[in-house]
Amino acid sequence: MSDIVIEVNHLSKQYRLGQIGTGSMAHDINRWWYRVRGKEDPYMKIGEENERTTKGNSEYVWALQEVDFKVEHGKVLGIIGRNGAGKSTLLKILSRTTAPTKGNVKIKGRVASLLEVGTGFHPELTGRENIFLNGAILGMTKNEIKHKFDDIVSFAGVERYVDTPVKRYSSGMYVRLAFSVAAHLEPEILIVDEVLAVGDAEFQKKCLGKMKDVSSNDGRTILFVSHNMTAIKNLCDSVLYMRNGRVAEMGPTNQVINNYLSHYVNSSLRQVFEDPTEAPGNELVKVKRIEVCPRLDNELSPITVNTQVDIEFEFWNYIENKTINLSLHLYTIAQECVFNVGTPALKLSKGLHKGICRIPANLLNDGIYSVSMMVVADRSSVMYHYEHAVSFEVQENRDASGWHGKWPGFVRPMLDFTLE
Amino acid sequence: MRDSVVNNTHEHWDIVLEPKTSFFRLNLKDVWQYRDLMWLFVRRDFVAQYKQTILGPLWHVIQPLLTTLVFLFLFGSVAKIGTDEIEPILFYMSGIAIWNYFAACLTNTSTTFVTNASIFGKVYFPRLVIPLSIVISNIIRFGIQFGLLLIFMIWYAFKGVPIVITYYWLFIPVLVILMAGIGFGLGVIISSLTTKYRDMALLLTFAVQLGMYVTPIAYPFSFLETTKYQWLVGINPLSPIVEAFRYCLFSRATVSMSALLYSFIFMIVVVVTGMLIFNKVEKDFMDTV
Repeated sequence: MSDIVIEVNHLSKQYRLGQIGTGSMAHDINRWWYRVRGKEDPYMKIGEENERTTKGNSEYVWALQEVDFKVEHGKVLGIIGRNGAGKSTLLKILSRTTAPTKGNVKIKGRVASLLEVGTGFHPELTGRENIFLNGAILGMTKNEIKHKFDDIVSFAGVERYVDTPVKRYSSGMYVRLAFSVAAHLEPEILIVDEVLAVGDAEFQKKCLGKMKDVSSNDGRTILFVSHNMTAIKNLCDSVLYMRNGRVAEMGPTNQVINNYLSHYVNSSLRQVFEDPTEAPGNELVKVKRIEVCPRLDNELSPITVNTQVDIEFEFWNYIENKTINLSLHLYTIAQECVFNVGTPALKLSKGLHKGICRIPANLLNDGIYSVSMMVVADRSSVMYHYEHAVSFEVQENRDASGWHGKWPGFVRPMLDFTLE
Repeated sequence: MRDSVVNNTHEHWDIVLEPKTSFFRLNLKDVWQYRDLMWLFVRRDFVAQYKQTILGPLWHVIQPLLTTLVFLFLFGSVAKIGTDEIEPILFYMSGIAIWNYFAACLTNTSTTFVTNASIFGKVYFPRLVIPLSIVISNIIRFGIQFGLLLIFMIWYAFKGVPIVITYYWLFIPVLVILMAGIGFGLGVIISSLTTKYRDMALLLTFAVQLGMYVTPIAYPFSFLETTKYQWLVGINPLSPIVEAFRYCLFSRATVSMSALLYSFIFMIVVVVTGMLIFNKVEKDFMDTV
């Protein structure tokens, strides 16, 4: 008897892009016609990679391709990767909300997923009624829920509101109650997707603690998807790194996380194109250089929250008689936009131009950021959008603070904050 | 595929997820395991509907009463259609009660996938639980309307209208199950077909409205006996059920055992096809809904 509780073999999942209408009806008929003649489905050819930023030439896209892995009993497996790498699709298949296109998955034991907490909560029903309903949706029997009812309520801290309709709850209470129901499930395999992004810091701590309990004390297997590397490092025994629908790497937590971060960050501190024919852009604009230039005394030291970071641009302008400005978007690793800033608009001559954006020290929180640049004409039409051109990591300044946890928030500005 | 030979020796897997499983594997065992959930859905449907209303469940009574009054006026006073010598109020009320049950089963189950997409997209449970819970929660509604009908029958009995309780009354649950089966089966077929193409859903509301006119709800079957439209109502598998329902209650209607058998076979066919199609669709409808 082996200890493998999840076995994924050659798993692939295809999605159709675009709208469903008469066009897809034609595809359905075509597909049926191929099947009648005993031929292979013409839309099922494996091949095209799911690279979100380049426009594919097929209406179908493979969200997962040939994914293989195994998970042992009682282990916590972290799943990381950029948005669109296939993490959520993988979890959807494991939690049985959608079926694979090819390959198979074998599972031992009951699976419960916290893909999004609060599933099936009905706003008109009271907290009590929703605990029963939600618990049953997640797979508990009525007796199990009755048995754990008091624990669920006290874990969520909503004793006073148990008989109030949940539509009157604050959003925090709502989420706490929902998570609490899910946390008291006793499945052999628990799937957790980014639930920790919700709730206040205290509640997040409680949740992480609960997950740790569940895996180490009760011997349950957990699959945990997160962009929060600290949480992954703390909780996971091993990590699966997904890239463009495939498994890029699977192995010990620290090793995979380091490879992931270095792949994501270091390769892309600068983009330089000396030859305009090879440079990204179009007939209006070509990008010569985008570079992240941290203002550090020692070139080898890392960018910390106390470092000023300059982002420098150079581009060739091929159009005349238009006012042009640059616009810069800064994204977190989870693709949330931190800010969007623009230069003043100027009438530029043809030729090479330069811009610098200074991100002051003590503004960004620690984390990984990517930069997109846009060249805009007449303040309205986008001439060129260079997505995720460069990226960089901002680290915690270990020397300065006595605090070792993760600071919440996108930014960490140094404000004039006094106490008397 | 080479690995599977080695692995499959003595392994027991609880769940195997594959692109296509057999068309006929219905997973009814799963549905049974989730029976608690089914009752909670029944409860939710029933309780949530009348939160923040003043009259609450009284609405179940008001709606058929008003419809009966309209029928009384339109079909009784204006069109002067007979009612098989059954007291008109009782005649319309009985027809409306059983028709409402059918219509509610059909229209509510037909939107199973579309209205529950947000839940289905996040958790797995046997999807069949939802249409089954709809059929059950509507039985409660039917029960209330039937109770109302009984009250009126008692009142008429006091007024001297002959009302007799016969052994045929025992047959009523069978008729209700027939009605439920047809509504459920058709609803489930439509819900499966509408995940990809919504056209059917648009057709349905209107089809249910028209359907009532080809079912002997507002008129007795005998009313058509001499007309050329008789076949239209005759091929409707709901007609024998409605007529039999009235026969059980009032011992007056036009129905034969063979007509009822026809309805029964129709129900079985519709339920089986419905469950098979539903079973096929439920696995990856999330990608198309």
